[in-house]
Amino acid sequence: MSKFSKKRGKSTPAISTASLPDIIFMLLFFFMVVTVLRDSSLMVKVNTPQASELTKLEEKSLVNYLYIGRPTDQYKEQYGTSPRLQLGDKFATVDDIPLFLEKHKIKVAENKRARITSSLKVDGDVTMGIVQDIKTQLRKSNQLKVNYSAKPKSE
Amino acid sequence: MAKKSSKDRLTNEINAGSMADIAFLLLIFFLVTTTIVQDKGITVKLPPWSEEEVDATKLKTRNVFSVLVNAQNQLLVRDEPANIEQLKDRAKEFIMNPRGQEDLAEKPTKAIISLKNDRGTNYETYLEVYNELKAAYNELWDEEAQRKYGTEYSDKMPREQKKAIKGKIPFVLSEAEPTAFGEEK
Repeated sequence: MSKFSKKRGKSTPAISTASLPDIIFMLLFFFMVVTVLRDSSLMVKVNTPQASELTKLEEKSLVNYLYIGRPTDQYKEQYGTSPRLQLGDKFATVDDIPLFLEKHKIKVAENKRARITSSLKVDGDVTMGIVQDIKTQLRKSNQLKVNYSAKPKSE
Repeated sequence: MAKKSSKDRLTNEINAGSMADIAFLLLIFFLVTTTIVQDKGITVKLPPWSEEEVDATKLKTRNVFSVLVNAQNQLLVRDEPANIEQLKDRAKEFIMNPRGQEDLAEKPTKAIISLKNDRGTNYETYLEVYNELKAAYNELWDEEAQRKYGTEYSDKMPREQKKAIKGKIPFVLSEAEPTAFGEEK
């Protein structure tokens, strides 16, 4: 009994929580930096295949994304099940690609335009026909840097 | 005197206790919205568009490594059915031609890989084949870099060294216009 009262008498100070915000802020900044807010919701199912010879896409602002896949369950009735192209947040056809590229291009500084890359996010379960049409259209629009998006191979 | 000043300081201190809550709120928001995307893929340089057909007949057959992927996802390498597992090693052998065989490339700079697919080919198979062919070149570059400079081939290498390696073993992959077999309606 006397032990307890002794301790209370000494009154150990509470642990200072003043540094807690700093720690949390550090975590916060980490997540803020790595976060990419997804700008377009996917209307097609895209499950990219695996590959081993990958290169990383460097500057996000220099990349435009083309999604190719089968419409998700939500859009199946309206658009069928054959592979479709999605540009931005809506379905598109191959003919819409030049305008899409142009719209992206004008947002990029002129000296960086040569480094614009098109990232093709293609579902593994798609036939090459539509991919080929899109590749042809990209070539015609002189957008020659292309990145076939893929997941790293899990051994 | 001293006691008084310390009391003064205490009353003036802003209570930082709620700061953590605010930071937590933001943290949780970012945690939820975060998708640590691995934006990686196989980078390809497409050839510029031209209306004329490229005439492939001028090339010697020994310098062309033709790979055909049909609509059933089967592989035909130099007119023989082949397996995807052997593709990389066969491509490497073809490019370097270590034993100086008659039917393989004269030298690495003359080697051309020709890839052709049907419109009905599965994208996954196509990318797998492409990946193997790229892997063959990456390994050859790596070997060359090890031999010449004693380091492995990477993007961090000096530009001249990379240029020298790529000049010796250039990556030439030509993709023919696909045939319309197995087109999905």
